[in-house]
Amino acid sequence: MTVISAKSLDLTFQTNDGPVQALSDVSLDINKGEFVSFIGPSGCGKTTFLRVIAALEQPTGGSVTVNGMTPDEARRARAYGYVFQAAGLYPWRTIEKNIKLPLEIMGFSRAEQQERVNNVLQLVDLEGFGKKFPWQLSGGMQQRASIARALAFDADILLMDEPFGALDEIVRDKLNEELLKLWARTDKTICFVTHSIPEAVYLSTKIVVMSPRPGRISDVIESNLPRDRPLDIRDTPEFLALAHRVREGLREGHAYDE
Amino acid sequence: MAVTEQHPPCALCVATQKVLAAVLPVLAVVGVIVAIWYAAALGMNRGWTLDVAERQGVELTRGEIWRDAMVQERPRLPAPHQVAQELWTTTYGEDFFRERRGEMRANPRSLFFHAYQTLAPTILGFVIGTLAGMILAVAIVHNRAMDMSVMPWAIASQTIPILAIAPIVIVVLNAIGLVGLVPKSLISAYLSFFPVVVGMVKGLRAPAVMDMDLLRTYSASRIETFWKLRLPASVPFLFTSLKVAIAAALVGTIVAEMPTGARFGLGARLLTGSYYGQTIQIWSALFMAAICAAMLVGLIGFIERMTLRRMGLDR
Repeated sequence: MTVISAKSLDLTFQTNDGPVQALSDVSLDINKGEFVSFIGPSGCGKTTFLRVIAALEQPTGGSVTVNGMTPDEARRARAYGYVFQAAGLYPWRTIEKNIKLPLEIMGFSRAEQQERVNNVLQLVDLEGFGKKFPWQLSGGMQQRASIARALAFDADILLMDEPFGALDEIVRDKLNEELLKLWARTDKTICFVTHSIPEAVYLSTKIVVMSPRPGRISDVIESNLPRDRPLDIRDTPEFLALAHRVREGLREGHAYDE
Repeated sequence: MAVTEQHPPCALCVATQKVLAAVLPVLAVVGVIVAIWYAAALGMNRGWTLDVAERQGVELTRGEIWRDAMVQERPRLPAPHQVAQELWTTTYGEDFFRERRGEMRANPRSLFFHAYQTLAPTILGFVIGTLAGMILAVAIVHNRAMDMSVMPWAIASQTIPILAIAPIVIVVLNAIGLVGLVPKSLISAYLSFFPVVVGMVKGLRAPAVMDMDLLRTYSASRIETFWKLRLPASVPFLFTSLKVAIAAALVGTIVAEMPTGARFGLGARLLTGSYYGQTIQIWSALFMAAICAAMLVGLIGFIERMTLRRMGLDR
């Protein structure tokens, strides 16, 4: 079942230096339960594409549907949770209150808010940290809390914009592993923007390689890796072959030209 | 091999050292200021001492000149101990109330009474100014027309000398029957609203694009964005402004008392002091104003710390 469908999407930003084409003729279908990574260099439009799905940007051409609705309608129907590059927890709210933020706005009862907070804190392995303020947590724990916040209202789609980009590699590995487990348990559709080839290959069922100026899709790679992936799968020939193909895709898209 | 045993330093010694480290620099600065003050008092007052001595045909030793320069009744520059003594006798030396024509009335000799007469409009003006400033800031942030039109006026309002506008306001308000507390507090509100507007606008605009986008993904309304993001984000900015605003409010009240012939209040005390050459009275009123300002700013600072701690913003 297709949950996200983009057809010849165009998006041109009007800047002071003239128009910049961020997305050009982007067509893509994402099925339910897929884990899709978007990889490419800066300026290839991967974040912009995610923001279009989230109705944070309006495309200037083409169409996109989420669960058969426009992105705006899908947002009001709570179709997705968004995880930003930084954890973006409000510093004056405890972890618990941060997770309650969307629930308060969406009008959940107090009892249900608490129940959901407990559930998602368990899901991201942060039980007992609900009463802490964000600064009392490490960067990785903060990002886990921000994922919990995106999960709290039970959206089917998780949009993640380089959520682990600012973390060190050891923490990143651990969070990648946890994210896969979480995805297996919740059966969500995940769109994941990243700069890292190993991260993209390790996580995804489908890898979308993008290239810049104008931002477009240069390759879509279906992963043949098993769903159950221990971290050392990264040393297998299948993994390395996939990583090689992603690298080739990036090179073909002239992504390395500067 | 001999092992030298290290005693842990005693707790009392550490505490004493810490207090000394904090207090000594302050005391040193105060000491230098007092020394300069005494030297200046001597330099400015000895002329009068010599004049008097010459008219009386008396020869004074250097010690006698020094001693006299420190104890004149109307010195050009009163010595620190004279101001301190005046502060003491006009506060603890006077009752706040005294009996007059069979009634208990406030005692105009008490400096506490004058301080109260100034503090009441200061606080009322500060409250009015803060509320007005906050409302204006909210309007400016949420309405482009307000943003374009109000800010230039707010800035212009602060370029008008308060000394020129105060008498006009007082006279106009007197004409419509408003006297005493309200006119004074309006002047102080006039001075205190501005820092609140500036700080609050900055604070309400402090949230990053990402923080705003997050609420958009929840389809939050503008009102929800205000209560859940903009307002809490503005609190640290607001408190910084409030400290400036309360000091400005005190200045505003004192200025409002000066050109209008107010009989009570620290400003009135300054004015009557200068009419009658009571320099000691002027200086003690000045010190009382400074003490009041320090206490008000300290109070705001205390509330700030408590609030920020509760909000988890004070580490």
